[in-house]
Amino acid sequence: MYSQGLIGADGRSDETPEFLAAFQARVDAEEKIEPNDDMPEGYRRTLVRQIGQHAHSEIVGMLPEGNWITRAPSLRRKAALLAKVQDEGGHGLYLYSAAETLGVTREQMTEELLDGRAKYSSIFNYPTLSWADIGTIGWLVDGAAIMNQIPLCRCSYGPYARAMIRVCKEESFHQRQGYEIVMKLAQGTPEQKAMAQDALNRWWWPSIMMFGPHDADSQHSDQSMAWKIKRFTNDELRQKFIDATVPQAEYLGLTLPDPDLKWNEEKGGYDHGPINWDEFWSVVKGHGPMARDRIKARRKAWDDGAWVREAALAHAEKRKVRREAAPLAAE
Amino acid sequence: MALFDALLELADDHLVLGHRVSEWCGHAPMLEEDLAMPNMALDVIGTARNLYDYAGKVEGKGRDEDDLAYLRGEREYRNLLLVERPNEDFAHTMLRQLYFAAFMHPYWTAALESPDETVRGIAGKAVKEMAYHIRHTGEWVIRLGDGTEESARRMRDAVTALAIYVDELFEEGAGEGLDALPDRAALRPEWEATIKRIFDEAGLEQVTSPFPQSGGRDGRHGEGLGHMLAEMQSVHRAHPGATW
Repeated sequence: MYSQGLIGADGRSDETPEFLAAFQARVDAEEKIEPNDDMPEGYRRTLVRQIGQHAHSEIVGMLPEGNWITRAPSLRRKAALLAKVQDEGGHGLYLYSAAETLGVTREQMTEELLDGRAKYSSIFNYPTLSWADIGTIGWLVDGAAIMNQIPLCRCSYGPYARAMIRVCKEESFHQRQGYEIVMKLAQGTPEQKAMAQDALNRWWWPSIMMFGPHDADSQHSDQSMAWKIKRFTNDELRQKFIDATVPQAEYLGLTLPDPDLKWNEEKGGYDHGPINWDEFWSVVKGHGPMARDRIKARRKAWDDGAWVREAALAHAEKRKVRREAAPLAAE
Repeated sequence: MALFDALLELADDHLVLGHRVSEWCGHAPMLEEDLAMPNMALDVIGTARNLYDYAGKVEGKGRDEDDLAYLRGEREYRNLLLVERPNEDFAHTMLRQLYFAAFMHPYWTAALESPDETVRGIAGKAVKEMAYHIRHTGEWVIRLGDGTEESARRMRDAVTALAIYVDELFEEGAGEGLDALPDRAALRPEWEATIKRIFDEAGLEQVTSPFPQSGGRDGRHGEGLGHMLAEMQSVHRAHPGATW
């Protein structure tokens, strides 16, 4: 899952005005841009960064949920959670492949993740502290991801848009599954209900921060909107998410931890209280509670697995040599 | 209650192995294995669920799959020692899975002829999965055995480490003499043949231990299983009677 205003992309391009205008005309005509098409360097760079951040988010996102696979409270939940975390890995693989169509390799992107140059959704730098977190992440975080990703199915870049169609189907299943976990808790024992409320209290604000800074403070939105990489602004998507989520929380009998949350008849949506942007930027910059642990875990998996990857390459090479030598030996 | 006990042994084998494999999720050597290992874990956990469910019905005391999985302690678990062995490294994990699958594939194949309809149903699904596990883990054992110096050494270490747990696979447990389930000892030649075929290609030699270990069927486990179960059962046991 992933949903966050793109962080730190450089969309500048120094192609000629004619080239840029011709490209813009294709985008405006809703033509899909494909890997071998000419495209502005800024467009390519923005997409590499965005798809890379998206892929990394899927991979790092396996960790907080994976934290509960071994403790899932029933076999049915254990199997469902395993399948879900596996889906996230599948999304990562899909997205790395989409990014590779733009001329970067998965290895390059992985190295950028491990040395901190590449970002991922900051939500995964919060810890999962109870079983209720697993339901709440499905409900809120996958829910927020869907809000962001449904419009990406119409993104101007073909491979990304097509990857998103399958990803969205799975995310929507995850969201319903998460909501169902929370519903069971909300209807369960007083301890289970308290667990659900506690998880909601911790995940609500990080979830609505996932949409990124307010439009007035978002540097990269305008160019991404013009290129139809992005279809809605951060604030528009956040509003949709809040409006969809409030009644879901009411149905569960849980309270969203925002005393200023109220219906605004005039705009036909909910107003919310102030977002703690200091916390947001601190987490984005790598100071979230779990940031170091997440990268450490990814690095450990990568380093510990090096001998396996090397062995696979060495074996493939040996096979190739043997195959090539075989006809000679037969002569 | 021989059938109940025998189903429980099988179910415990599958759940414990699935749990161990699931510990890799998110930490695999490459993304493709982060997808393949949860797949294998899901297969065996799925089979465990079917077996617990049937065991509960055979017992007739109203215990469901979660009662059987979450409310028995390590002395009550009947799984083979092989499946509870810690993951160690990727070589150990692949070899453990191969040893298990190379046994379960002929086991489920024989069980397709069981007079027990439920056993046939469970076997029908599991036999295809075990064929895949043999293929996937066998390919890795070959790659690692015939890869680099380091991978070959790790593979040999795994063969040595797991050798003492092989014989227990073929011991007749509670299922001995039951028509519903296959004889285990009879499956050894096919297991040996599968392993030999793979080891030959991997450049590995099978090690026979003069001191094979057993006791899993009587609840005499290594020390690791208790920790595994403590973790697995912690949330369930903290909320007695709750539904999830």
